[in-house]
Amino acid sequence: MNDLAIKELLYKMADDQLILGHRNSEWTGFGPLLEEDIAFSSMAQDKVGQSYALYTILHSLGEQEPDTVAFTRNAEQFHNSIFTELPNGEYDFSLIRHFLYDTAEIMRFDMLTESSFQPLAELAVKVRAELRYHTLHANTWVKQLGSATEESVARLQKSLEHALPYALGMFEESPYEKELIETGVFAGEKKLQEKWLVKISAIINETRLQLPDLSTLQPVSGGRIGKHSEHLQPLLNEMSEVFRIDPTAEW
Amino acid sequence: MYGGGNTFEGIKTDSLAQEDPEKLAEFEARIERGEKIEPTDWMPQLYRKQLIRMIEQHAHSEIIGALPEGTWITRAPGFKRKLALMAKVQDEVGHAQLLYSAAETLGKSREQMITDLITGKSKYSNIFNYPAFTWADSCFISWLVDAGAIVNQLANAKGSYGPYCRALERICAEESFHLKYGHHCVIYLATGTQKQRDMFQEALNRWWAPMMHFFGPSDKISAHTEVLMKWKVKMATNDDMRNQFLDMYVPKIRELGFIIPDPKLKKNQETGRWEYTEPDWEEFKRVINGDGPCNKERLEVRRIAEERGRWVREALKTPRTAYVTPLA
Repeated sequence: MNDLAIKELLYKMADDQLILGHRNSEWTGFGPLLEEDIAFSSMAQDKVGQSYALYTILHSLGEQEPDTVAFTRNAEQFHNSIFTELPNGEYDFSLIRHFLYDTAEIMRFDMLTESSFQPLAELAVKVRAELRYHTLHANTWVKQLGSATEESVARLQKSLEHALPYALGMFEESPYEKELIETGVFAGEKKLQEKWLVKISAIINETRLQLPDLSTLQPVSGGRIGKHSEHLQPLLNEMSEVFRIDPTAEW
Repeated sequence: MYGGGNTFEGIKTDSLAQEDPEKLAEFEARIERGEKIEPTDWMPQLYRKQLIRMIEQHAHSEIIGALPEGTWITRAPGFKRKLALMAKVQDEVGHAQLLYSAAETLGKSREQMITDLITGKSKYSNIFNYPAFTWADSCFISWLVDAGAIVNQLANAKGSYGPYCRALERICAEESFHLKYGHHCVIYLATGTQKQRDMFQEALNRWWAPMMHFFGPSDKISAHTEVLMKWKVKMATNDDMRNQFLDMYVPKIRELGFIIPDPKLKKNQETGRWEYTEPDWEEFKRVINGDGPCNKERLEVRRIAEERGRWVREALKTPRTAYVTPLA
């Protein structure tokens, strides 16, 4: 089995979880109601914790320590999808991103419970259980706000249309895609995207929102090969601000 | 996190004359016997008013207190600290949620309390009007401000109002983890590089005066609160709580090799009381009344969050929505 293929897969998932976890944590103190502050903070903790677990597997494959990997790389070295690095914006955008992203993530980890790469298969069982609450949260809110007032429906619709091209970028294929599928490590982005579309369509059908025809949209890709938006490097600068004061120090 | 020092700015006891003397006597006898007062029980208007004021200020202190530390979540150095700080600040917001519910049992809605916070009508703990410039400031807050809050909250947990006491018991259990986290962070700074040690010493220099203010004005100048002590609303005097804090934490700070910026600070072995430079109570008043380094910024953040979230709260209402008093 090609180590590079597995590492590439682990990096993109770990970076996705870390960056979106970081964004979720930015809601602390700013939520539209206290309960949402708390919910986004919980999800942030899960996501950052999951990224740590993935970086730990990478470390066992010879990569550097999780802290070094997370806090010292620059934007070009990150493999997260551009979708996860976009600023939080208003609550409608954060909610729609959370819904589109976590629906994909729970399915990704569900597929990975059958991975031939044992450490990942074992971790996926735990992560899938945590993500169940994330999708429960997202679905509840999308159904409520997607059917409530004129303003809430209009806001969610606008954010959905804005978010979808970026969301499609989550499924950008790896250069090792074929190998990952053949060796049973991961069933592949195409298959994941198909399952995801069925699920998000079902939820959106329960609301007053309209799902645009995805075939007319151009995915915003590039994150998986280190080509990011202008938003990632400032996020990383902030994240590593204290760590960089003295990377050899223990904090 | 709450110091409680600014709660009792002097009360008017005139309304007591209008209370039913029999009911009042029975109420006071219940408290004397150590019974808890529950939301539907009879209580004097003054008791209700003071409790709303105190619990509301406590709740506000939790959400405003989440701001100076919250800004360090995105900058916390390393996974261990990042995860712990996220959980800690989340706890603080959770405390606010719990406390707003406790205050609501007395008849004031959360919406109204938050409106009063934003318009400056009700106060919050003074210490959060100071800025957290560095990582070490956030460590100071986690360790010592939380330590001070525990001193205050443990005392209040033995008070007379059931819902508040029960909330405080849970809050104190969580705060004790915050204290451990904060202490752990400070130990790493104390035993780290020169730069790390300097960072914490500077934070200590900045935060010592607000920390002394935290427990409220000296008993010599603070308003008379006998009736509130009798009703077990206020459980200890400001100076007693300050003294207890100094007793517990001055040795720990010194043990780590840091210098507390008060040359007069020492324990009088005969009286068992700490002696210190009298905090500047004029500054305390000035800051509490809105003229501190961060008052405007803190309230502005809250105001923006409330405004931006309004459409979400509106969209949660259904025709069946009516005000419901939370379960005590």
